[in-house]
Order: sequence, then C-alpha cells, then structure tokens
Amino acid sequence: MNIMTPMVRDPNQEQFDTRRLLANAQRQAEDRRYEDFMIIDVDAHHYETNSYKEIFDYIEDPVMRDQFIYTKGATQLPRSTGGFQEMAGRITRYQHRATEKAPDGVHRDIGLTRKWMDSMGVDVACVFPTPMLGLGLNPIVEVEVQYARAYNRWLCERLLANESRMVSMLYLPMNDPVAALKMVEEFSGKKGVIGFLVTTVRYKPLYDNAYMKLYRALEERGLPLAFHAATNWGDQSMHITNRFIATHALGFTWFNIVHMTNWVVNGIPERFPGLKSIWIESGLAWIPFLMQRLDNEYMMRSSEAPSLKRKPSDYMREMYYTSQPMEMINNQTMLEETFKMIAADTQLLYSSDYPHWDMDLPSTIYDLPFLSPQAKKNILGENARKLFKLDYLISDEKKARLKAKGVAA
Amino acid sequence: MAQQVFVCNEIEMKDGDVRIIRQDRIEVGVYRYDGAYYAYRNHCLHQGGPACEGIIRSKVVDLIGPDKTFLGQTYDDDEPHIVCPWHGWEYKLKTGECAPDPNLRLRKHEVVQRDGGIYVVI
Ligand code: FES
Repeated sequence: MNIMTPMVRDPNQEQFDTRRLLANAQRQAEDRRYEDFMIIDVDAHHYETNSYKEIFDYIEDPVMRDQFIYTKGATQLPRSTGGFQEMAGRITRYQHRATEKAPDGVHRDIGLTRKWMDSMGVDVACVFPTPMLGLGLNPIVEVEVQYARAYNRWLCERLLANESRMVSMLYLPMNDPVAALKMVEEFSGKKGVIGFLVTTVRYKPLYDNAYMKLYRALEERGLPLAFHAATNWGDQSMHITNRFIATHALGFTWFNIVHMTNWVVNGIPERFPGLKSIWIESGLAWIPFLMQRLDNEYMMRSSEAPSLKRKPSDYMREMYYTSQPMEMINNQTMLEETFKMIAADTQLLYSSDYPHWDMDLPSTIYDLPFLSPQAKKNILGENARKLFKLDYLISDEKKARLKAKGVAA
Repeated sequence: MAQQVFVCNEIEMKDGDVRIIRQDRIEVGVYRYDGAYYAYRNHCLHQGGPACEGIIRSKVVDLIGPDKTFLGQTYDDDEPHIVCPWHGWEYKLKTGECAPDPNLRLRKHEVVQRDGGIYVVI
C-alpha cells in the first residue's frame, strides 16, 4: 500500500496566518464547489483601530483631531459597549492578528480581508468597522459627526477605491440628522458605497420627524438602509447582566428589536414604501418572535398604529435580514419554519461577521438540508446581488479553480 | 486500512504539547498531557474548525458556598479542555467529549508508544 509521508507540525510554533487558520474553511469551499456561484458576505468587519493614525488625519476639526491623537482614539468611546470578545485568549486570532504578515503592495486591511475571503470562498464583502459600532452613544454629537466623516472619507479613498471586492454601507451620524442627510448626499455614488448604516445602540428614536428627509433621500436614490446591532453593557437593562454571554446574547437582538418595533408601529414602511431596510447581526430567532408578538398586539390595538394597512409581520417579511449568528443548535424544525416565515429565499442575505468571534462560514447556509440548490445560491449571493445591483464577480482564486477544471468563469 | 503513522520521538513532546499530523485529507492532533497521549481528528463538530490548533485551558467552575452564595470562579486543573480557535467550543482533552454536550465527541484516534517513538493510528 502506498503511504504518503505524513506532514507533522507544531501549531504553537507557527506564525499566525489567516490562510492557515481557515484551511478547513478552504477545504469546505473546494468540496462544495463555491467557484460555481458568487458569494456575497453582507456583514464582515475590519479593525479600523489598526489604521487610527491614517483616519485621524481625515478629522477636519483640528481641536478634535488632537483629542483623538492624544487619547489614541478613546475620544469616541466614553461608553460601555465593550466586552470580552476574545474569550480570555480562547479565540486566538484576537491576540495574534497584529503579528500577521499582510501582502505587499496594498493597504494592510485589503490584504488581510482578501485572505479570509479567499479561504471562505467569498467574492465580495460588505465591510464595517468594529469599535465604531458604539459611536452613537457618544454624548458629544460633534464627535460622532466628525469621526464618522473622517472614517467614511478614509474608507472610500484608501480601501473601497482600490478594491472592487470590498464594498460598504457607510456609517450615518444619526445624532445629527442634518449631518446624516449630508453624508448621504456627499457619499452616494462613490465607488463601493452600496447603502448607509445605522448602528442601533443609540437612544434617539428613529421615528423622529427630523429623519424624514434622510429616509426620503435614501428612497429616491434606491439605496438600502441597514441597521447593525451591537450590545451596550451600560444600558440600564443590560447593566444587571454580569456575564458577557448574557449581554451579548440579549443586546445584539434587543437593540434591533426596539428599533424594528418603532420602525413598524410608526408606519415608516408605509411612508417610504421604496426604502429597503436590512437588519444585521441579530441572528434569526428574534424575527418570528417579534412578528407573532406584534401581530397579536396589533389586532387588539390597531388604533395605536393607524398608519399600518397590513399586519406588522407583512412589513417585516418584505425587509432583508443577514444570517449571522444563525441559531443552529438542535433546532432544525424551528430553523426551517423561521426560513419560511421570513421568506428567506428572497430576503435572507448570508453574512460571516468575520473576523469576529461568532463568525459563520458559507457552509452554515450551504449545508442546510431543507433548502433547494437555488435557495442556497440566492441566500449566499443572488439576493444581495439584486438588492445592491452588483455585477457578477468571481474571485481570481475561484476562477483559477474553474480553469483547472476546464470551465470558463 | 488503518496505519500507524510516526509523529515524533517521545523526547520531542513535553506536557501540553500538540502535533498536527496530516495524512492525505485527514488531520489529527496528538496531545501529550500529564505524561499520557491523546489524539483527535482536527475537525470541530461546530463549523469544521481546526479543533486541535487552539489553546488548552482548564474547565472553569463557579465556586458556590454551602449557603448557595456565589464566591467566585476558578479552574479545575483535573479537567483540561482543548478549545477550538474559531468560536471557542470546548472539548475534554482526556476523552474528546464536547464539554457542554456529552452527546458530541471529537473523533478519537489511538496513540501507540513504541521504541521511543510516538505513532498515531490513522
Ligand atoms: S468550528 Fe470549532 S468552535 Fe466553531
């Protein structure tokens, strides 16, 4: 019998490398032939903290710029959205990522993003920042406005302009509705800008009349508005949780639940029927819960939501949702029902959340036994491609796999 | 057919060490812990991560007093866990059992010590 010489290695002696860490993800991508279709990841992240020096240069107010430089970025964080993402060293990429070698010739963030995308078989990723998800809690409105504008300019000029596989929905400084509207007016149409983003850890209600011009501007431009959840350990209800598992499990759903409820009962979908909304990073289990809950109350108290012409769940079923972190433990029946309730075939958008600790691979969708082959392709890419009007794009690495098989990309 | 695959000489591994052995498409992690050897498939039951390439960390326990009050936390060093680096699923190093769900287990491989060498059956 032919025995190949085994390869023996000591992982503790190896230089940290995303391709190595995700080698099993790459095997999944090859085994499942992801090269046959486009995969779009609608919620991925980068660490803007690594580029602080560059971003601070983009802060226009010179006094605030100095604040940021001398606090090393802490100016944006007088708040408590932090947590223990790295799980006391268990999620190894957190402590090792700074040591990773990035490819030469491109911005480090582009190089590192390409690495994990290629390992997973992702062709296009919508990237968002990391600590900035809590910027809406900053009591100084000008900090949110100035930093958001600096980050957006930096993102567009340094990353999106130089890498067609990276796109983004840009952060809106919602504590200043006029500045948020200006952001849409200024940045729509820039390369890679596929929509705009509301981070939902914030306390100014989104039904405020001050936002109507903003929603109108987005609707007119056909640009989606996304709501990205996070948690806030300083919120009064979260303040009584003492373990990160609790504040994370609850917070990442709770803030989207609150804003979704306000969004629906105030009839915003009736006022802006052409405005597409996307609800990000709350998993999926909350959606059937909220649909049932709101429908039930609406039938008794429709006088309190008189703008609605249909049940709350009817509006929610027309919205878009990202998949991660998809609840997948011993719940196949519930999960299948959830997919039906949210019309997943057309409304669900795959997301990895990579490199964050609770990331999901494309196989979380691809391996679901109750989905048709077409539904898998829709959720992994086609739904997003249509929603964002993106060109069909297959990565060079996947093209090479096709070529090796003699198939034209 | 199962083969005994050479990993390394016994003196090359100290307690807490791991070696990853790749044979064709199969990867196995071989551990040495308290002088004994254990081996598991390097494939996490969650999303297929490299379960044997993370850290070893003892089981965490809550310290509850006789009056049922919470006194703090500590590690149970008699129960080391291997931690998958992708999302943190924990497995008992000595059995491969998934710490929060005993119905799940990493696939186990036999380790053979022979003539000063360590071999794993793949
Ligand atoms: S793949 Fe191992 S913890 Fe998720």
